Amino acid sequence: MIKQTGAVAPLLEIRDLHVSVADQEILQGLDLTVNQGEVHAIMGPNGSGKSTLANSLAGKPDYTVTKGEALYQGTSLLALEPEERSRLGIFLAFQYPVELPGVRTWQFLKAAVDAKRQQQGEEEMSARDFDRLLREKTKVVEIDDELVRRAVNEGFSGGEKKRNEILQMAMLEPNLALLDETDSGLDIDALRIVADGINKLRRPDNAMVLVTHYQRLLNYITPDYVHVLVDGKIVQSGGPELALELEAKGYDWIKEPSSS
Amino acid sequence: MTQSIDKYTTYATDFAAMMQAPRPGELPWLSELRSSAWSRFKEIGMPVARRGNEKWKYTNVAPIANSTFRYAADVDSTRIISRENVVDNSPWDENWTNVVCVDGRYSADLSDRLVENGIYVGGLSDVPDSHAEVLRAHLGQYVSSDEDGFVALNTAFLHDGVFINVPEGVAFPEMLNLVFISTGEEGPQVTYPRVLIVMEGNSSITVHESYLSLSEEAAFTNAVSEMFLAEGSQVQHSRLMQENDLTYHVGVSRVYQSAYSEFASCSFSKGAKVGRSDLHVLIDGPEAKCTLNGLYLTTGSQHMDNFINIEHAKPFGTSRLLYKGILDGKSRAVFGGTVLVHKDAQHTDAQQTDKNLLLSEDAEIDSKPSLFIYADDVKCGHGATAGHIDADTLFYMRSRGLDLETAGRILIQAYAGEIIDKVGPDRLRDYLDQLYSGAVQTPGIALKGIS
Repeated sequence: MIKQTGAVAPLLEIRDLHVSVADQEILQGLDLTVNQGEVHAIMGPNGSGKSTLANSLAGKPDYTVTKGEALYQGTSLLALEPEERSRLGIFLAFQYPVELPGVRTWQFLKAAVDAKRQQQGEEEMSARDFDRLLREKTKVVEIDDELVRRAVNEGFSGGEKKRNEILQMAMLEPNLALLDETDSGLDIDALRIVADGINKLRRPDNAMVLVTHYQRLLNYITPDYVHVLVDGKIVQSGGPELALELEAKGYDWIKEPSSS
Repeated sequence: MTQSIDKYTTYATDFAAMMQAPRPGELPWLSELRSSAWSRFKEIGMPVARRGNEKWKYTNVAPIANSTFRYAADVDSTRIISRENVVDNSPWDENWTNVVCVDGRYSADLSDRLVENGIYVGGLSDVPDSHAEVLRAHLGQYVSSDEDGFVALNTAFLHDGVFINVPEGVAFPEMLNLVFISTGEEGPQVTYPRVLIVMEGNSSITVHESYLSLSEEAAFTNAVSEMFLAEGSQVQHSRLMQENDLTYHVGVSRVYQSAYSEFASCSFSKGAKVGRSDLHVLIDGPEAKCTLNGLYLTTGSQHMDNFINIEHAKPFGTSRLLYKGILDGKSRAVFGGTVLVHKDAQHTDAQQTDKNLLLSEDAEIDSKPSLFIYADDVKCGHGATAGHIDADTLFYMRSRGLDLETAGRILIQAYAGEIIDKVGPDRLRDYLDQLYSGAVQTPGIALKGIS
């Protein structure tokens, strides 16, 4: 149902992916193809495996792939460490960003930016260039400069934590961004700021996968495709109108056929 | 106890030799102090019996008692130590007032001696007449040879060290940097560093003590520092144990606080095979405040014991204690000690916290802060924690492209930074930051995260 674009390998191609967490199979044969320039929304009820999908693609250690394949730009991701995936251009915005006491945000970002540059055979970014880049990106996500001088996420409000995720994404300029429930816990103003930030980061040569329970984020970010995940499988795919239908009808009408 | 002295024949020989050949200019009253301390040491020896001995429950000093360490009295190590040796191996800044002791002896060549406006900073054995009485009145007053074999031994060999006297109302502007070097010139050797700081009313200083070795020889550092704070005086104190990992270090610090005085300390340890840092603060006047911070890092098979006691004897005192440990390999650390609040010390406000970061499954921490309260109107609390680096934290950092080693280094640096940032002088802070962030080279298996 998703068109392949010529001879270029899709940015992400997932075939029959099975993932277990603590011996429980969460993803049970998932297929998904994402091309450059596309925004996909993955929706579904709680426990359907949305976050598991995002975390497995980022390489979370306790998530075991038991079957299937995930190809990124035509190459298998599954044997790669999380940091290798990151340096290749995959980014996960966490549902629950972790606090790093004593590690200043700018310092963390500098280390992350330098790790990626090192991978690409470049030198560490100079303090001056980094400072300039950081100032530019804080404007994009409307983050107070003062926040980057504080320890990563420590004492941040829910909205600040999510904005900090988008700031990190802006700094790392990923090819494939996985946003895990980025809208959860945000009030309407924070949601708008986060969504604006994400929209500004959309480019023809990158792609985003938005994992979300509710449709409301999609009022601000228009996806090209919407997929419904139930019991570890995509049971329905469509355009943006599918999200509205889910919002109106809930998930039950989709769940029923598969639960019989 | 008589049999235990057999172990100490080298000390006895060295003591006799020292008493027979007094140094030129030596203070005559010192030999009395030494003789009585030696008599006491002969009776009690080192605290090798640990059963029922709460003070030494987790630390075995038998290896010290069973080893032979030469007393480096006759070695003129000053000749063989260059300024570069010291500058390159210790926190150092030419703008500080630096005082260096080599193998326990004050080095006039390497030190900035100061006698002006009533201030004295310099060697303990060449004190000018103007400060001789103060020295005599305070030396040995805040430590007790009676109960502590290590204090007795240090005092028995007391012939040199550092004496600082700051007169009333003087705020000493520069950092006072005391460096104690063990050269290892004579093979395994013992040194007896000694410090006395006497602060008159409303005076203030920032002072740092470094202990380091310039060889890979085994050594025994038996150090004693005494600090007297008169009313309203302030001391910012830090101490760094950075000897090689064959060294045994037993450091005893005693602080006497008068009314309205403030004592802040940061105790850093990284080196030593077996290290013991014994700090006792007596708050003996109303409204005095002490803030005790510590950072200990142990790797390999190192053993570090912090024994910290705060005694509130007078009312309206405040004490804050925060010690943090980083343990790797098969190392072991001990945090012990008490906050004791006497009956008359009403309105005391005391907090005591020890936190530990374990980087290996084989590292062990024994942490038991405790409170003894005999006053009924006080605010006191204490706690201890130990934990591994969290798996979610590591995944978060790795998902941003940082490998395990970099993530571990950043986390350890941040963890240590909470204590290091409390140190005033920039140069010292930078030195400590480098020292600790480079110390854990290959993160232990636990760094992968315990899930």
